[in-house]
Amino acid sequence: MENEGDREMSETKTNSLASIAAARKPGTTAMGVGLEARSIHAWFGQKHVLSDISLDFYAGTVTALIGPSGCGKSTFIRILNRMHEFIPTAAMAGEVLLDGKDVYRSGVDVTKIRLGIGMVFQKPNPFPSMTIKENVLSGLKLAQIKIDKSDELLEDCLVRAGLWSEVKDRLNQYGGTLSGGQQQRLCIARSLAVKPQVLLMDEPCSALDPGSTLRIEETIRDLSKTMTIVIVTHNMQQAARVSDYTGFFLSDGGPGELVEAAPTSHIFSNPKDKRTEDYVTGRFG
Amino acid sequence: MHDHPVSIIENPSRSEAPNPREITTEPRFSDRVFRAVVSSGGFISLFLLGLISFFLLFNGLSIFRSEGLSFVTTFEWVAESVGDGTEASFGIGAMLYGTLVTGFIGLLFGFPLALGAALFLSYYAPEWLKKPMVLVVDVMAAIPSIVFGLWGFFVLMPQAVEWARLINKYFGFIPIFSMPGDFYTRSPFIAGLVLAIMIIPIITSISREVFAQTPLDRIQAAYALGATRWSMIRAVVIPYGRGGVIGGAMLGLGRAIGETVAVYTVLNLVYDIFPQVLVSAGGSVASLIVNKFSEAGEQELKALMAAGFVLFIVTLVVNFLANAIINRTARQG
Amino acid sequence: MSTVTDNKPQEPIVPNKSSVPKPIKPWKATPKQLLPDFFGALGAVVLTLAVIAFSPMAGMLGYILTFIVISIITAASISWIRQDRKAAANSVSTLVIYFLAAFVLLPVVSVIFEIIRKGAPGLSFGIFSGDMSVTAPDAPLNEGGLLHALVGSFYVVALATIVSIPIGILTALYLTEVKGKAAGTVRFFVQAMSGVPSIVAGLFIYAVWMITLGGTYTTAAGALALAILMIPTVARTAEEVLKLIPTDLREAGLALGATQWKTVALVVIPAARSGLITAVILGTSRVAGETAPLLLTIGGNDAMNWNPFSGNNAALPFYVWKNFGAGSEFSSARAWTGIFVLMVVVMVFFTIARVLGNKKG
Repeated sequence: MENEGDREMSETKTNSLASIAAARKPGTTAMGVGLEARSIHAWFGQKHVLSDISLDFYAGTVTALIGPSGCGKSTFIRILNRMHEFIPTAAMAGEVLLDGKDVYRSGVDVTKIRLGIGMVFQKPNPFPSMTIKENVLSGLKLAQIKIDKSDELLEDCLVRAGLWSEVKDRLNQYGGTLSGGQQQRLCIARSLAVKPQVLLMDEPCSALDPGSTLRIEETIRDLSKTMTIVIVTHNMQQAARVSDYTGFFLSDGGPGELVEAAPTSHIFSNPKDKRTEDYVTGRFG
Repeated sequence: MHDHPVSIIENPSRSEAPNPREITTEPRFSDRVFRAVVSSGGFISLFLLGLISFFLLFNGLSIFRSEGLSFVTTFEWVAESVGDGTEASFGIGAMLYGTLVTGFIGLLFGFPLALGAALFLSYYAPEWLKKPMVLVVDVMAAIPSIVFGLWGFFVLMPQAVEWARLINKYFGFIPIFSMPGDFYTRSPFIAGLVLAIMIIPIITSISREVFAQTPLDRIQAAYALGATRWSMIRAVVIPYGRGGVIGGAMLGLGRAIGETVAVYTVLNLVYDIFPQVLVSAGGSVASLIVNKFSEAGEQELKALMAAGFVLFIVTLVVNFLANAIINRTARQG
Repeated sequence: MSTVTDNKPQEPIVPNKSSVPKPIKPWKATPKQLLPDFFGALGAVVLTLAVIAFSPMAGMLGYILTFIVISIITAASISWIRQDRKAAANSVSTLVIYFLAAFVLLPVVSVIFEIIRKGAPGLSFGIFSGDMSVTAPDAPLNEGGLLHALVGSFYVVALATIVSIPIGILTALYLTEVKGKAAGTVRFFVQAMSGVPSIVAGLFIYAVWMITLGGTYTTAAGALALAILMIPTVARTAEEVLKLIPTDLREAGLALGATQWKTVALVVIPAARSGLITAVILGTSRVAGETAPLLLTIGGNDAMNWNPFSGNNAALPFYVWKNFGAGSEFSSARAWTGIFVLMVVVMVFFTIARVLGNKKG
């Protein structure tokens, strides 16, 4: 009797997720591939934590990476923007292609890669020693990029991040005076200032309240029109709301694997792999 | 679907929460004794500090009364036992000035070196180099000051005299680098160099502690924006650690101000203020005390006590400020 | 239903293990990438020598300065050409920081080297058996010895330790176990006390012992002066050590019905034992080399004095000071030998403290 109730519940759940996903206007793949991951492996010392991940991220779309915690999703996106290598025991294999060129090729300037692939973190982290204006433009200062019309860029980034109207009168106040959701949007604006082609977001809303979360999801959908966005999330409803494609990661105690990747509506309505189905219907995770 | 009747609670009455009960513990007698003993042991530092202030002040009081403020401002130091009837007159002005000058020179050379070493250890050094280098810095802190004094006199001074000659040759047009003659040995410059080496360990270790507390997510955010290591340090580490590093520098200054034997060996005490730092003439209150102590008569001894009191207060103030800055930035996070 | 007609044995099914690649670190610079840097460094050295040869720069300072300037310019140029201005700033700052760190290491290396070089000649078994009571400071090195200084140092440090242990540890206990309302004030005063200049400690004891109490130079007076310098070190280190003892341990003791003092004496202190010993030894190594306070309290002596409560006594730092003041060739050599012995003593304490400190972790 319980199984039936369960199955009904999970079917309802999947159906509702699928319908949320289906209701969303999808991005367009016509803009080509923004970022490609080919046979990515990752290690920390001897520990093999990611195994053979191959995934394409299309420009103009949002790709969500879902899966239980600890299966390597964060490690994966840190391999995409070459942040993984800061850990002394880190090692990897495979290629990450930005504009068809491997970001790990020899002779590449890694700081330029990170200008092209931006990242927004789970916990909002504006620089407290800088004002709001300085925070947004900090990427330019760090990269020593000089531009003429910094005020225009400032406004543009804040508008796209959905923060302009709230802070336009206090650009010279310090970043720490904003609420959590506003700080996260400030971090988004900060990443936008260096004009990345790809934006990686590592559970950007998990530290925020539902209202801020929805606003940021709106922002993500708007941004995806001109960029490639990859978002790691634990929240399947969020994945359904926000993404065009979804990749499901899983680890059975060994290295994490990409079980299935498909358009979001397919993942939620008609997953090919049983493990995916079990996860999205809430049987585990 | 459920058919069990569910009682709906409407407007539950909010009764007042009771007052918290007072919990008292009567400590046992043995614990009371324990607490008393421990507390008195703990209070001894307060007691001692108070005693030190009291005894120094008490013994030096007559000097303070007779000299007044001129004790700190005049430069003459004449003991009564000079014998030709001249009035005793004590002024540590030159010595105080010299203490500050040598301390400042020490900070000038020591702070950049210490900061560089701290940044190196925190952000640049390969793993295999960190532990040995930290060990070397700790050994540096353990070396007694008389060792630095002798090394400064026999080893550093010959070299430093050459350096002073060069500075005078190329920068002699600047007043502080000019020279009235060929007297380069035992100058404030050389004393400052020795002090610089002695205060490096404390500034380095405090700076390292501060750097270790820099929030990792800010560092990552900077790198994710395409920062190089140096631009990350400028954008995140230095703004965060600025207060603690400055506090560390002040602690170093406090140590330099109180340093005695290391300065005494490499400084020629002269009771006048010379603006030139390369000249073989300088002052240091601590060295003055050591210098005059063995031959001092009763009156002069009181003056030395007074000088010690002034030194004590100055060091206390500098250390107090330093610790206040460090503690405040530690809390700010 | 299928009949196997040929006699080929069935192939066992083996899972495909061939596809796990080797882990690599593509961000590590390859030798080929480092080639420009290597040649740049080489070029900097060559340029330095050239500049030295053709200009008035000379001496160690000249070499070092020229090399620093040239290598900075070289590194900046290479980075600027290879990448951009930002990378050049990064290279320059990295180089500067490496240089600063190297300069920090130089003095210690020099000090240790010179101590060995200048102090070793005076070493002999003889110095550990005699004193300077019948020898002049500028007599040849095979006469006299420093046993009196060694013994005196031992006495004064031992007495200082005996005084400092109870006070230092009680202070730490007050801060961690009793945690009275005045704890903040006490901690503040302990911090203030650690900044007291050593000569002030000597002056204070002189004022109390000699002036007020009418005493004379003795080892005990010196020990008290050293104790003032030692107590804050012991108290602070002991506090750190006691803070590391988890509160669970204390709660376990109290839950068993023990009183606070029993818990502290029988549970906390034994658990912190090696750390507390480290704290004491750290304090000892701090004061073993102190000179200034002893100059005012212990009086100095050329002969052995086994009585800590009467009569002047010698100590290693005092011995060094006296010989340095004599200013002759032999006395200076004696001073260096004294420093050699002093450094050995300090380093022994230092090493013991570190070994103990690492073990407890």
